[in-house]
Amino acid sequence: MAKFILAVLVENKFGVLARISGLFSARGFNISSLAVAETEDPSVSRITMVVSADEKILEQIKKQLNKLIDVIKIIDLTQKDCIDREIVLIRIKMDSKTQDRLMQVLDNLSAEVLAKSKNSVTIQEVGDQKKINAMLELLKPFGILEIVRTGRIAIQAEKGE
Amino acid sequence: MSKITGAEILIESLRREKVKIMFGYPGGVLLPFFDKLYDTKEPRFILTRHEQGAAHAADGYARATGKVGVCIATSGPGATNLVTGIATAYMDSIPMVAITGQVMTTLIGNDAFQEADITGITRPITKHNFLVKDVKDLANTVKEAFHIARSGRPGPVVIDLPVDVQKNSYEFHYPKEANIRSYCPTLTGHKGQIKRMAKAIEKARKPILYVGGGVIISGAEKELAELVRKTGIPVTCTLMAIGAFPGTHKLNLGMPGMHGTAFANHAIQDSDLLIAVGSRFDDRVTGKLDEFAKHAKIIHIDIDPSSVSKNVVVDIPCIGDAKEVLKELLKDIKKKPDIKNWVAKIDEWRKKAPLRYKNDDKLRPQYVVEELCKATKGNAIITTEVGQNQMWAAQYYTHDKPRTFLTSGGLGTMGYGLPAAIGAKLGKPDKIVFDIAGDGSIQMNIQELATAVQNKIHVKIAVLNNCYLGMVRQWQELFFKKRYSHTFLDTCDSPNLVKLAESYGAVGIRVTKKKDVRKAIERAIKTNNTVLIDFKVEEEENVMPMVPAGQAINRMIGGMA
Repeated sequence: MAKFILAVLVENKFGVLARISGLFSARGFNISSLAVAETEDPSVSRITMVVSADEKILEQIKKQLNKLIDVIKIIDLTQKDCIDREIVLIRIKMDSKTQDRLMQVLDNLSAEVLAKSKNSVTIQEVGDQKKINAMLELLKPFGILEIVRTGRIAIQAEKGE
Repeated sequence: MSKITGAEILIESLRREKVKIMFGYPGGVLLPFFDKLYDTKEPRFILTRHEQGAAHAADGYARATGKVGVCIATSGPGATNLVTGIATAYMDSIPMVAITGQVMTTLIGNDAFQEADITGITRPITKHNFLVKDVKDLANTVKEAFHIARSGRPGPVVIDLPVDVQKNSYEFHYPKEANIRSYCPTLTGHKGQIKRMAKAIEKARKPILYVGGGVIISGAEKELAELVRKTGIPVTCTLMAIGAFPGTHKLNLGMPGMHGTAFANHAIQDSDLLIAVGSRFDDRVTGKLDEFAKHAKIIHIDIDPSSVSKNVVVDIPCIGDAKEVLKELLKDIKKKPDIKNWVAKIDEWRKKAPLRYKNDDKLRPQYVVEELCKATKGNAIITTEVGQNQMWAAQYYTHDKPRTFLTSGGLGTMGYGLPAAIGAKLGKPDKIVFDIAGDGSIQMNIQELATAVQNKIHVKIAVLNNCYLGMVRQWQELFFKKRYSHTFLDTCDSPNLVKLAESYGAVGIRVTKKKDVRKAIERAIKTNNTVLIDFKVEEEENVMPMVPAGQAINRMIGGMA
């Protein structure tokens, strides 16, 4: 099953998220990640969701979402030229033996170090999925203690003159 | 402008929506509303004996009249008792507004006495729902609720109304229109798609119309009849569409699917063009999906985009209101398809495997339904319960008009028929209304006999009493080696349905012999009261023909050899 990114514009009212998550569980759809916040218009919230589905299920997801009265618009960003980002916070194991090598790797990655202790270092990274996954691969050998990800958010790219 | 209370705003708003009748049950948090109702003549309030009865009565009223049905119940258990009725309406796309009382806004979420999160509970079984937290939103909410319930693909809408909102006051202003930016159903079909449909129909050699409840909802029966007149294409009406096309018409093949006619199912399977109008390819119709109409090009006209290509991939979809789309389609069809051989072939199938039962001297349920049809000249409104009674009613009562066959198709709710009959009779007082019931399902809402008698709503009930939960027993007989696990009800002895009816002040008649059937029905019709006829029918009669679960629909038990 492939991953698709949908931007769902909804009324900024209580219970809307419950309607959407309820719909997904009732119909057996899968959400990989979900990010919700107010937009430039405070009466509208934007939900960026990554769903795993095939084409047929994706079609149903879009149609069923559209049926919800509080859903204003659905934009399928998968096929479109879009920029997507995710923030990830990672705590990595560190001791006197690994410290130098780890700091070197972090420096090469230009990762932002947020906190440091005797036993660990906590960093922040912002990027698209490819970048974040590549970074996680590099850091795995050091021992990852905890990861927190926001889920992807995405916007349609406007390029050129 | 002077201010009025929330309770008054609600009643006034219901009047503006032209609500004539509502069904319900009072309770603690609804006291402010019921106090205002004490002085109210319109809308008329019908006190049922159970909230589920109120929801089904509102549903029956809506199906019989095409108007929005309204029911009302108190918070907590009152509201949860509506749930089955709301889900029933949701599955069959019935316009309904259900109003529930709620505890004070300041107590919501505190596990207060008789508190239930009814908006949470009904979210998956309503088209939409509202919790009104402020009296100034009330009039607008009612307007939106009715608009959502009746437009597009109709459905139930819940308004949850806390007790303090009923007491608080605000200036009453009822909006002329509901303005919901995110909700605008598509009514007119795409012109290009309609042209493609017309071409496909002109070219077809083996077409069939597969008609669903959407045709009745949109009131498209005239357009459908015109389409059949113009093209000569045979029609199969689903359970929800019975009456959308005259049952007496020679091109009506009866119902498709699990207990449909063998010739309708064979026609679907053999067709080269399946024209689905307001139907949703339910599993009871399609049987095994990858065997369903596999040689046919598929046209699907539906107002709900999510119905299209959900179960069966559609070649020519057209989103829109059935009536609007059919009107346009009629203009685009220029020539009649050449289908003489096809219709002749279907007639052959019909002769080979007609709908039939053993008409001997025993009292058989199918005979009762046939006699009921004759005695009422096919003009009664029939409600049903669920199970064998429902299928026999669908098979053997011939309906020529829409909104005369009211049944819980999607959810399959036992206990629907009696309260629905009460609602239908109030909506259509000049009609004879018969609930065709089983001895199991009639007991699920039997208490509504009191509602009928108290309010002089003279409904008639024909119980096909076989002492069993017949449909489950039938499956146990056919697929579980006759191991009748917990399906024997022994309604021969308990309860005595005749005495039970009499105890409510209704009339009870028992029929045990075939020769007494017609007399009893005629007496019931003439009697100026609610009447229950207890037909002691053959206990182990089966509904035939039948597609076993998960099979292709042309592989029927009791179908064509």
